Amino acid sequence: MKVTAQPVAQCYHCGEDCTADQITYNNQSFCCQGCKTVYQILSKSDLCQYYQLNNNPGSAQRITVRKDKFSFLTDEKIQQQLISFKDDEQTHVTFYLPQIHCSSCLWLLEHLHKLNADIISSRVDFGKKEIDLVFNHQNTSLRSVAELLTSIGYEPYISLQNLQKAKPVIERSLIYQLGIAGFCFANIMLMSFPEYLGLDDAEKNLQQLFRYANMALALPVLLYCSLPFYTSAWGSLTHRYLNIDAPIALAILMTFGRSAYEVLSNTGSGYFDSMSGIVFFMLAGRALQEKTYRQLSFERDYAAYFPIAVTVLKNNQTIETALPDLKAGDTIIIHHGELIPADGLLTRGEAMIDYSFVTGESLPVVKEMGELLYAGGKQTGGVLELLVMKEVAQSYLTKLWNNTDKQTTQSYSFINAISRYFTWIVFGIAAVAALYWSFYDSSKAWNVVTTILIVACPCALLLSNTFTNGHVLRIFSRNKLYLRNAQVIEELATANHLVFDKTGTLTSSEKQDIAFTGKYLTDEEITCIAALAAQSNHPLSKELVKWLNRKEYFSVSNFNELPGKGIRGIIDQHIIAIGSDEFVTGEKINTHTGSVLYISIDGDTKGYFSIRNHYRPALLAQIKRLQKQYNISVLSGDNEYERKTLQLAIGKKAGLFFGQQPHDKLNYIQLQQKKGDRVVMIGDGLNDAGALKQSNAGIAITAGTNNFTPASDAILEADQLQNLPAFLKLAKANKKIILASFIFSILYNIIGLTFAVQGVLSPLIAAILMPASSISIILFTYAATVLYARLIRLK
Amino acid sequence: MSVIFLLLIVSITVAALFLAAFIWNVKNGQYDDEAAAPLRMLFDDTAPAEKQTKDINNNPPSKSL
Repeated sequence: MKVTAQPVAQCYHCGEDCTADQITYNNQSFCCQGCKTVYQILSKSDLCQYYQLNNNPGSAQRITVRKDKFSFLTDEKIQQQLISFKDDEQTHVTFYLPQIHCSSCLWLLEHLHKLNADIISSRVDFGKKEIDLVFNHQNTSLRSVAELLTSIGYEPYISLQNLQKAKPVIERSLIYQLGIAGFCFANIMLMSFPEYLGLDDAEKNLQQLFRYANMALALPVLLYCSLPFYTSAWGSLTHRYLNIDAPIALAILMTFGRSAYEVLSNTGSGYFDSMSGIVFFMLAGRALQEKTYRQLSFERDYAAYFPIAVTVLKNNQTIETALPDLKAGDTIIIHHGELIPADGLLTRGEAMIDYSFVTGESLPVVKEMGELLYAGGKQTGGVLELLVMKEVAQSYLTKLWNNTDKQTTQSYSFINAISRYFTWIVFGIAAVAALYWSFYDSSKAWNVVTTILIVACPCALLLSNTFTNGHVLRIFSRNKLYLRNAQVIEELATANHLVFDKTGTLTSSEKQDIAFTGKYLTDEEITCIAALAAQSNHPLSKELVKWLNRKEYFSVSNFNELPGKGIRGIIDQHIIAIGSDEFVTGEKINTHTGSVLYISIDGDTKGYFSIRNHYRPALLAQIKRLQKQYNISVLSGDNEYERKTLQLAIGKKAGLFFGQQPHDKLNYIQLQQKKGDRVVMIGDGLNDAGALKQSNAGIAITAGTNNFTPASDAILEADQLQNLPAFLKLAKANKKIILASFIFSILYNIIGLTFAVQGVLSPLIAAILMPASSISIILFTYAATVLYARLIRLK
Repeated sequence: MSVIFLLLIVSITVAALFLAAFIWNVKNGQYDDEAAAPLRMLFDDTAPAEKQTKDINNNPPSKSL
């Protein structure tokens, strides 16, 4: 008896294929109960505009959230950490909702008051994927608000990090300084023009007015806008070295001092326009360079992955306990989809632990009763009971994280190295000039010294540095490589050793290589296998369904799943079994490494599907090419099974290390650094976290910027990995562009100076040339970076 | 001549007003989320008389617990 073969419809809520059990409600099809429930809630409250703004705006609701999941929100202590403000009536709270992705989300979340009248306001920060909620806590509670969000498909992500850190204050002082400097600069320029264009003798009193007004406007620039230069210069002086800001701070003070002297003694108009202009441009460069990626975090530690509370079983009662209060010896309950927060012994339940957070390996591991489970794994089977062996902070992974104190080999930026020599040379010239003039005409000595210091200010160097860095960062981010700061560009440029993680980095965690070995399968048999596999939530079955890619599904009867072993069911009058060798054939015959799914139809073993991680082919070829310039190492937590194929693919010189534990990776990098190598580590997962931190530049790979990445210096989207050689090239070019534009600006200064000394240059021309030279440097850095990026085929 | 004094005062005052407006905007977080604002203004407000308080547009007060 052949059962109905249905065409595949798309879920009205989330857009996924409605495979196994399609639900029809109000003439719309839904893939699961969860999606239908969300639709029901929304249609009841007249919120169906949600579905009109975008097609299928929801996220899949197949995995139902446990009913008591948010019961920890009734805990007073946890509440206090989460809410930002509370008075007699209102509570303000901010939730992180990773599901926010389109205008429908925005619309729905800002109309929450229709679903619960006690929500006074809700405002979405789209970039950060956060919602700021204000609700009346006399009629509703934090828990019910969180549950309301969950019920419409936006489950708040609340992690241990919410408990530990105060919310970072947004640093806006640079923007204020830039705005004020721009205001002062423009007005000073305006009031300097009469001076440059010449004034009648009759208007001398006006000249005085303009000069004093300029001085007044220059004061905020001196006292407020230049603060970052002073603090940075002072910081470097207390550490007994000169950074680039030291001569700049000196030049700003010098210029202001001399200009004020000229104005007060009525001998000239001073250089307030140059001073404020240069401060404005330098601040603009800094703002460009320090542009932050709001949706990304480079500082994440394990706390961002871990839940805020866990269910503890005490005297047969469940108590929600904040994670820091968890003690060794407690028995905790881990539900489906929850993370194991502390190392513990499995005392009850079938453990199928997905360690993809930790190792990058996407296929789960089966653990037996009595085995030690390490923190960081995610349970994908049923409910577990765990005897906590170590407190959260003492668990293997978290300890590894906390122990790594990166031995910062004081790496001076080459900009600071240049400016150090530069400063001494300038001081030398100024001293010689001062000595010379004090013998011949001591009245001029002061003038000459200040002029030299003002003209030789390495502003051009700072300008070319910050603007070039800013452009390079922008090009990187357009190609989905996000750097923590500009210093990382230099680290990438000077690196000579690349270390790769294998699982999740060289291999793709999304795609698997599947091959069938065994007897011939008819098309109908394959469809039956797909139908059976579609019934299971096991990751391997899901991969198999995806790979078999059937457009129709038969219905399955007598379905039965033995977690960790396999599945069995009757389809189209055949008994089909999929699973491990023992489950399907009754004996252990597997000599294969990697994951294998045996198939039997009516008791006849047909063969097996082998599922292996898929290598990113373009990347391997690129790595082979990179060997000419870099030392290459691959560190893998797997066994040596794939050594030969990998060595062949990436070349003989590369060092391959298998069976590497997280601390082995860290030690390996330390060892290389001791040898004098500058290491770039490329990896994903928590097991690389220590290595990423220890390396000179750690690049974390992520499948999408929505996902969490361990603390690192850079975040790269996985599909852009093959651009790595281009990124390294651009980082190297960065330094050359800065040097070229610096030389360019020195020539500018020398030419300008010679004309000025001869008295050929009129003050007006000089006043125009000053900002023009800055702008030309800015344009040069822009053109050079963009052209070079095009040349190496970056966007 | 006195007209120049007047002009000077007026021009700087106007510029200062714009500066103050700019600082006020930044402080209020208007430039914090550039993605939501252009979408939000396109929504039709079909809802009858929405309940809103002053808090919607202001930053939540700093943590006071």
